[in-house]
Formats: sequence, C-alpha cells, structure tokens
Amino acid sequence: MNKWYTAWLFLAPALIVLCVFFLVPVLAAFGLSLTDFDLYALADFHNLRFIALDNYLSLLRRPLFWSALRHTLYFVVAGMPLTIFASLGAALLLNSKLARCKSFFRTALFAPVVTTLVAVAVIWRYLFNARFGLVNYVLVSMGIHPVNWLGDPRWAMPTIILFAVWKNFGYNMIIFFAGLQSIPEELYEAARIDGASALAQFRHITLPMLRPTMLLVGILTMAGYFQLFAEPYVITEGGPLQSTVSVLYLMYSDAFKWWNLGVASAEAFVLFLLMFAVTVGFLRLMRRGERV
Amino acid sequence: MNAPFAKIGINVLLTVAAALTLMPLFWMVSVSFMPSGATLSFPPPFLPSHPTLANYSRLFVYAGMGRYLLNSVLVASGITFFSLVFNVMAGYAFAKLRFAGRERIFQALLGALVIPSQVAMIPLFIMLKWMGLVNTYAGVMAPTLASVFGIFLVRQYARTLPDELLEAARIDGAGELRIFAQIVLPLLKPIIVTLTIFTFLASWNDFMWPLIVLTGQDHYTLPVALALLTREHVQDTEMMMAGSVITVLPVLLLFLALQRYYIQGLLAGSMKG
Repeated sequence: MNKWYTAWLFLAPALIVLCVFFLVPVLAAFGLSLTDFDLYALADFHNLRFIALDNYLSLLRRPLFWSALRHTLYFVVAGMPLTIFASLGAALLLNSKLARCKSFFRTALFAPVVTTLVAVAVIWRYLFNARFGLVNYVLVSMGIHPVNWLGDPRWAMPTIILFAVWKNFGYNMIIFFAGLQSIPEELYEAARIDGASALAQFRHITLPMLRPTMLLVGILTMAGYFQLFAEPYVITEGGPLQSTVSVLYLMYSDAFKWWNLGVASAEAFVLFLLMFAVTVGFLRLMRRGERV
Repeated sequence: MNAPFAKIGINVLLTVAAALTLMPLFWMVSVSFMPSGATLSFPPPFLPSHPTLANYSRLFVYAGMGRYLLNSVLVASGITFFSLVFNVMAGYAFAKLRFAGRERIFQALLGALVIPSQVAMIPLFIMLKWMGLVNTYAGVMAPTLASVFGIFLVRQYARTLPDELLEAARIDGAGELRIFAQIVLPLLKPIIVTLTIFTFLASWNDFMWPLIVLTGQDHYTLPVALALLTREHVQDTEMMMAGSVITVLPVLLLFLALQRYYIQGLLAGSMKG
C-alpha cells in the first residue's frame, strides 16, 4: 500500500493546473456575467459594477444575439446529420469485404481531420471564390450556374457546413468503422441463410447494433459544432451581412474587439446552457427510442 | 449475386471519395508553387506551369514565417512535454494509488468535460493580464498544461497493469518515485506515444485561445499568423497557400509516421461515452 500523501503528490500538478486555469475561470465567468466588466474595469477593478441579470436580459433584446444563435443552430442542425451520413457511408465502404487498399483509403479519408483548421479554411476561401475559384469553374464547365458562395448570405453558411463535413467526417468514420467491426459476423450469416437482402441486413442488424456508436458520435459532433468559431473567422469573417456570425464569434468580438467582457461572459454561459440542454434532450430521445 | 459489379462499384466510390477529400490538399500544394497571380488567369490552372519557390521565400523573408514556425514549435513542444508529465502522473495515481475520494474526484473531472473550454477564456484572459502573462509563451501554454482527456486516457491504460508488480517492488523497499520511473513508465510507453502525438497535434492546430492571448505578432503561432495574414493579403492566393503548406505539413507528416498510435488513442478516447 502506498502512503496517502504519495497519491496527492502525483495528482498535485495536474489538479492545480485544472483548478487555477479551468475551474476558477469557469466560476469567475458566471460572476463576470453578472457585472458590467468593460475596458474601464480592465484598467481599474473599482469601475466594476454588479448588475445582476441585466446582461442576460439585454441579450434577449438584442437581434444580433438571436441571429448568432440561429446561425449556430443552423450549422449544428444541418452539419451534424450531414457529417454523420458521410462518416457512416465512408465506414460502410471501408468495412466492405470487397474494398481494396483499405489502409490507403482510410488514411486518405482521415487526413483532413489532422490538418490545421485555419490552414485548410484558408484553402476553402480561395477554392470557393466566386470569380476565380476552382469550384465555380468546375460548375460552369459542367453547365451549372456559378454560385456566389462566400458573397451571398444564403450560400455562406452552406459553404461553411460543406467545409466542416469535409474536415470532420473522417473522425466519426474511424469510430463507426470500429463499431462495424465489432458486430458479430454470425448475425449476417444467419440473416443470409434466412434470405435477407443486403438492405434488410443493414436495417435490421447494422443500424440497431450501431446504436450506441451513433449516440456517441452524435453527441461528440454536436458538442463540437456548437463551438463554431474559427471557420467563419477565417472563411467569411462573419459576413456577408453577418450571416455567419456564430455565438462564439459574437462572444469573441464582444469580448476582445469591444472589451465588453461582462456581456461576452453571459453569451458564453448561454451557449453552455444551450449545449447542455440539447445534449440532455438528445440523450432522453435516444433512450426513449430504445424502449420502443 | 453480381459480386464483380458490386466490387467495382465499391472501389470506384472509395476512389471518388478519396479524390474529393484529397483534392483541396493537392490544390494547396500545387498553387503554393505557382508564380504570384497565376490563379487569377482563366481557366484556373491546376498544376504550376513554371514551378517556383518564390512564395515560400517571400513568406520567410518578408512575412516573418520563420518566427511563427519557431513559436509554434516551442509552444506545441512545451505543452506536449509538461502536459505529458502532469497527465501521466495524475492518470497513474487515479488508476493505481489509493487515497480517499479517488472515484469521486475522478467522476467530477469527467463531469467537467461537458463545460466548453471557451467559457473559461474571458476570466482566464483577465487573470493572465493581471499576472503579466498576456502575450507570452507561458500564457498560451498555461490552460492546456493538464487535460482531463489525457488523465482519462492514461488511467484507462494504467488500470491494466498488474498490482502484484507494484506491491512486490514496495516489499523490496523501492520508493514510490522509483516505482513510477522504473516500473510504471516503461510499461506505459504505448499510451505515452499516443498521448504525445495527440497533444502535439491539438496544440499545433489550436486557434481560439492563442488568438486571444497573443496580442503582438512576435509571439504568434502559425494558425494565428496565417488567419491574420489572409485578411491582409486577400488577393495573394499563391503566398497564402504556401503558408498553409508550412502550417499543415508538419502535423500531416507526424500523423503519417505515427498513425497507428493516433487511431488507437482516438478509439480509446471515444469509448468513454
């Protein structure tokens, strides 16, 4: 048996870092969101005033906050299923016994995940350029009308969603692939003997067996997508007409451009509560589905 | 069954998917070797007709890319080294050492994973400003010097080590530090490699926190420098692609070299649900 203080010596560095640089700041963020912390308070803490829930109430009256919320939800609600479809499709292809060069394809499809988000977002910015971009050139040469991807408020968010699907589907693909491999082969054999078609096998064996994986992937993707920030920062700078301003983008500019740190803290907290509520709701929904 | 047909179909689909996935990265590399302004011609060229290194030399000579590269290497290595030491120690303690409240503290740490890190960023900035650490390497590194994810990964792995081994060493009179350094660490090697590549990639690619805390360009890491350079040089596609290559290449090569460990870590980390 080790002595009781040995364990604490081993734990101390990590726990101190987590307390000082995470736990305390999170608690402070809530405190901060109840104050009017701004540039003057940053210079001298005496200028700080407690204003209770005023920041939260003024957020509810602020159109820009509501539109940031809408854009973030748009990104999550459209981006999450698309990413999961792409991931599952790629995993099914990779898992097929007929596929060749599996490790090459796996690496190729996974590559975007490890790339630096900012750097590949910069590529997107040029690929989807309306006048000189390669994407529009390909569209035009196929006889399709060019799209003003990044200049049209209706198209900017879909372009970012496309980017996110490309960047992230490989991550879930690996998780799905492992899930597929853990499904016992006997199940498929039995189904084949009973004369079940490939589609029936997918519906009645693969999908139900992947359910826990699906839940995990759904929650991970959703949590990640609520934190949309760097993509609009690099690709669209929040535009055009603020159509890609997400909650975190708004928080960043409120905090570090306008130095309204109290307001920005309230925004961060609202995002956290929203993520939490949606995750819990999602879990409930999946559990209820299991019982039926 | 039409097996040959299905076989062709599946492999064609995989090839198309891989081509679409890799196309942006190929395009980036190709354009980075084109002379300035080449991409503005019509039709847009896919391969450089006169390959040149001019974009790279411009980046290093005029845009200070060498400095940013050095900053990124320093910051990512620093974070990787310290967080590895801290996370491995803590993960081992949670797995193998006995102390009151072990499970409860660990559960609390896992619970903290639901809080997005951005919630902490604003108070963290104020705190670091007060400590004089804004716009320093220490400031960028501080919040990621330990991570719940890393501790979790090490704990899961360390739990599989046999207790008898540690007890035998204690009976022989070995001190706890010696047991850790000479018996535990060598056995943890696979998970240490996994965690190293994970942490290095994550800190190399990190953007939001460095953007907030680095207020002067002397300390910019590559992603921050690149994001701000694109805003300045909107028209200079070729140079920006060279910048992207410099930023992406190190992590891509590292991943290709240590792929197996990375994928293992990804799977181990996602099984916590």
